Amino acid sequence: MSVLIFIDQSEGHIKKSSLEVITYGVAVAKQLNVSAEGIVLGTVANDALIQLGKYGVQKIYHIANEKLNHVDAQLYAKQIADTATANNSSVIIISQNQTGKAIAGRVAAKLKAGLVAGAIALPDTTNGFVVKKSVFSGKAFANVNITSAIKVISLNPNSFHIKQTEGTAEIVTVNANVAEPKVKVTAVNKVSGEVPLTEAEIVVSGGRGLKGPENWGMLEELAKTLHAATACSRPVADAHWRPHHEHVGQTGIQVAPNLYIAIGISGAIQHLAGVNRSKVIVVINKDPEAPFFKAADYGIVGDAFEVVPKLTEEIKKLKTA
Amino acid sequence: MKILVCISKTPDTTSKIAFKDGNTKFEDAGVQWIINPYDEWYSLVRAIELKEKDASTIIHLVTVGGADCDPVIRKALALGGDEAIRVNTDSSDSFYIAAQIAEIAKQGNYDLVFTGKETIDYNGSSVGAMVAELIDAPYISLATKFELNGTTAIVNREIEGGEEVNEVALPVVVSCQKGVAEQRIPNMRGIMAARTKPLKVVEPTVVDTLTNIVSFELPPAKAGVKLVPADNVAELVRLLHEEAKAI
Repeated sequence: MSVLIFIDQSEGHIKKSSLEVITYGVAVAKQLNVSAEGIVLGTVANDALIQLGKYGVQKIYHIANEKLNHVDAQLYAKQIADTATANNSSVIIISQNQTGKAIAGRVAAKLKAGLVAGAIALPDTTNGFVVKKSVFSGKAFANVNITSAIKVISLNPNSFHIKQTEGTAEIVTVNANVAEPKVKVTAVNKVSGEVPLTEAEIVVSGGRGLKGPENWGMLEELAKTLHAATACSRPVADAHWRPHHEHVGQTGIQVAPNLYIAIGISGAIQHLAGVNRSKVIVVINKDPEAPFFKAADYGIVGDAFEVVPKLTEEIKKLKTA
Repeated sequence: MKILVCISKTPDTTSKIAFKDGNTKFEDAGVQWIINPYDEWYSLVRAIELKEKDASTIIHLVTVGGADCDPVIRKALALGGDEAIRVNTDSSDSFYIAAQIAEIAKQGNYDLVFTGKETIDYNGSSVGAMVAELIDAPYISLATKFELNGTTAIVNREIEGGEEVNEVALPVVVSCQKGVAEQRIPNMRGIMAARTKPLKVVEPTVVDTLTNIVSFELPPAKAGVKLVPADNVAELVRLLHEEAKAI
């Protein structure tokens, strides 16, 4: 028996969300008193994999086939399910990031395993196998019992703290047959230099209160100072002031950073649904009646155009102190 | 071209979320039910656009749920689509739901299965992937653009930190989000036509349920906001650094 952790990589680089699932999977393995094993698909340097042992994973199956350098839901799911079966894994852990959304359901269906998608806590095994997950777009949680023998959990990004100790992982190189991908990737457009929104520790978000796209400079400056990702409310994305992939809320992206700074956003229920798993929320709004203040930890009632540049300046002072 | 559009009924986005029966059931009193926005705004509308380009296209809608889903599926038919199929069962288990849809998909021999990127109630983002696995078709998740070139689909999809363009031969399962289409409002003609469109009710295929919801809970209430005067931004930075340890 083992817990199998899918360790997602991109261009040979192990993602932060992968370190989260390793930490989580190791904790689940400890709970069940079984070994924590990982699976890596595609080309990654062996040294980088050995290093992952310091997050507690004991053994990593590495299928270094070049056809797996790119995420293909069908090929990935087959390799993960085959590895789980070959090694008698009873629990499979996957991040609920973009890759996870493409493959977790496939892996679960292949293994006829119950899936909890979007888990935010460790399973409770005192009475069954109950996993807490986010539902109603962050407005509530559900405790879901998995009744099948094999279980798949996909973990929401930024919901489990990475724990680093010591150790090295044993790497098992697996030669697997990999079919030709049915999906052809003809172009990849990555926004370079920006912090991906769902992985960001800090998010700086702007709303209609900023009056127009030309005023985003001060917000970007603040984000840069904090090494934060930028986001926006739905009206802002709908008005094309900002690209839609920055839209945070119930029908946009749900984020759970350590710090969410909302500038000129009133805090409609749909927006709050996308951000209320943030650990600390700061609201800057000139309307003291803005509903967002009720969901905030800290707030400033004031004009964003005055407050934000000052805030950037004070943070710069702190960083250089 | 035959398209299957998966439709789910969800509470309206402004619904206050509460639970009953010892926090084991969703409190549906006073809740307005809508078509899951991703299903409606993006996958259904894109299917309708494809039919507008090629009139020979057939659109079927499928939903898994009880008779209380009928008003929502009629609303979907008012936007477009030729007929609807409701699998008469209810479950919160994504595998069970996916297996029902896969059964319909197999029987109907569809070229294209559209889902929304997730439902706004359970947020699993997993049924599309499961359906694809169960019918052994490729799955393209989180699509932001969808085009057809003969029997090849050209799809932009969201990846971490950007987008990629995929080309795949039909049949394929695609989960749709913003960018694929624009929201439409049903017109009177559509609403009238929807009344006479076929809504077939079929009984579920026998499949195991692999998960069940034990209970729900609401997030803990916030302690209350600490307000800092606008002329003392330094104090906010101090609090974020020393008290919240967030920067």
